[in-house]
Amino acid sequence: MNGIYFDNNATTRVDPAVVEAMLPYFTEQFGNPSSMHSFGNKVGLAIKKARMQVQELLGAEHDSEVVFTSCGTESDSTALLSALRAQPERREIITTTVEHPAILTLCTHLEKEGYKVHLLSVDEKGRLDLEAYKKLLTEQVAVVSVMWANNETGTYFPVVEMAELAHACGAMFHTDAVQIAGKVPLNLKDTQIDMLSLSGHKLHAPKGIGVLYLKRGTRFRPLLRGGHQERGRRAGTENTASIVGLGKAAELALASMAFENTEIARLRDKLETSILAKVPRSFVTGDPSNRLPNTSNIAFEFIEGEAILLLLNKFGIAASSGSACTSGSLEPSHVMRAMGVPYTAAHGTVRFSLSRYSTEAEVDRVIQVVPEIIQQLRKLSPYWDGAGPVTDPEKVFAPTYA
Amino acid sequence: MWDYSDKVKDHFFQPRNAGVLKDANGVGEVGSISCGDALRLMLKVEPESGIILDAQFQTFGCGSAIASSSALTEIIKGKTLDEALLVSNQDIADYLDGLPPEKMHCSVMGREALQAAVANYRGEVWRDDHEEGALVCKCFAIDAVLIENTIRQNNLCTVQEVTNYTKAGGGCSSCHEGIEEILAEVMSERGETYKPGSLPKEAASPVGLSNLQRIRKIEAVLEAVRPQLRRDGGDIELMDVDGKTIYVNMTGACAGCQMEAMTLQGIQQKLMEELKEFIKIVPTKVSSLTRAMKG
Repeated sequence: MNGIYFDNNATTRVDPAVVEAMLPYFTEQFGNPSSMHSFGNKVGLAIKKARMQVQELLGAEHDSEVVFTSCGTESDSTALLSALRAQPERREIITTTVEHPAILTLCTHLEKEGYKVHLLSVDEKGRLDLEAYKKLLTEQVAVVSVMWANNETGTYFPVVEMAELAHACGAMFHTDAVQIAGKVPLNLKDTQIDMLSLSGHKLHAPKGIGVLYLKRGTRFRPLLRGGHQERGRRAGTENTASIVGLGKAAELALASMAFENTEIARLRDKLETSILAKVPRSFVTGDPSNRLPNTSNIAFEFIEGEAILLLLNKFGIAASSGSACTSGSLEPSHVMRAMGVPYTAAHGTVRFSLSRYSTEAEVDRVIQVVPEIIQQLRKLSPYWDGAGPVTDPEKVFAPTYA
Repeated sequence: MWDYSDKVKDHFFQPRNAGVLKDANGVGEVGSISCGDALRLMLKVEPESGIILDAQFQTFGCGSAIASSSALTEIIKGKTLDEALLVSNQDIADYLDGLPPEKMHCSVMGREALQAAVANYRGEVWRDDHEEGALVCKCFAIDAVLIENTIRQNNLCTVQEVTNYTKAGGGCSSCHEGIEEILAEVMSERGETYKPGSLPKEAASPVGLSNLQRIRKIEAVLEAVRPQLRRDGGDIELMDVDGKTIYVNMTGACAGCQMEAMTLQGIQQKLMEELKEFIKIVPTKVSSLTRAMKG
């Protein structure tokens, strides 16, 4: 399929070199790494290599700190539930209003089970208030979970500093790093982060493989008990081909990290500034000065995101939106609402996320197409009149709530 | 990606009657900007005859909201106001060859805009009579508010009862956890505790139908749709019932008809509603089977 894929925060294409590395592990290298014979032994060695490749990507001190899981969500659940089970006397959790559902839905569930969940709010640029955070840190807190970079806006959170603060009161610290891992150098051995989640398919490895980083010495209770795989920390026969693929993907990500932070960041900036210059009443959400190099989230006022995506799709362009309609829910993105983005803009947010495969020609094409699409939809909008919004839009169009 | 019909896509990509109607004499504005859908419907009504001479719309919303608005204007043009008021949200959805369950509210918004515009023309005030909640049951498109209200009004206390009253949870059953949560909440309001597995106060009749009862019900549903099929020169025959699979034979003009998959889908829906369980209707002829799967 020839299209322009600017939705790399949703998932990425598996790198051909990753596929190549994986293929033998479906056929001749099919052995179970737990077996004594040579069929198994070679696979065991391949997993060891992959573990070291991930260790290097994360800047972890030991390769045994890398636990392979099935996905980012499993890593998140394992981390939080482990922290609660390991410290039954602590009944509180601190997280943020803008986390991924993998954390938020779990926390809502834990709240029903009697845990107290504190949600840190963000300002209009999606930034946390560290003073408010410090006030919540007590000896009741079992675990703090804060994403390293937000999936919708790309905004970074100061997790290294927050982990130190958490440790000062004896709480564990977990970070959901699925968006940042592979894009920005991480040096976990120099941090106090106890646990970290990574997802393979965000960095050109296949879907169905994830990692839980577990700093040596962190008290741990497994989610899945059974065999001795992953040193008993995650039972279940290893997804060997995908583990090998993730190892290769980690190596490639490390090698292209400089490119990601210069060339891809430049393309992203070009895309963003050109669209903003051509489309009136549009703005960037999140904190543009402190975010992932590949992500741009733009709000187009007075129109709705799903309609934008359908029209983009007609031109072969793939992106995401924070509108309610794209997810089938009744509210627009919780991230946009948390930042106080008004409804008339939150529904019209579009996230463009690039990868190392993105090209200048693709960026130019999107810059050409987007303004036309926005204009086309605004012609249909009751909030828009000719070249600009109707004066006092909220009063001119005040529908009966239905 | 939503599974939109070609008709929905057509009305989204080429909306009919979009834009401001300059000399409108009936305007309805409905929707909710928090939900991301809002619609202004403008009518030009001939006062003597009450006929809608022209209708245009402006919509803030997703693909199906724009398509529903476009379809609505096409349906009502040329109708009298009284005729137009008979248009249901299902008529709008049918006109578009169906909408995904999450998107049925777009057709509801269309019908409400129509009511609001007619009220405006007649100098009346239109009030919205329902509140929309989060979608709980995807098989039957039932939202949380409807479930809550039904539990409250009828003092329901089991998932089975909720299914019997609202159909919610009667299909794939994945939403039962959600229904249990709503039950627990509403029951605690009236000072009761939700206990899973407790029996309904009145024995719910559709539970545990015998095979004979089921087949009779299936036959009755097929009998009810038969006149419609015959009118189009076709027919349907019940071949076999194997657990949750119902085998039928489409005959006459129905066999090989382009619309067969859709017809079957409609019959399947009616059967599920009647039997209050999830079933699958399968045409026995190979050619129609492949078409049904594509549909």
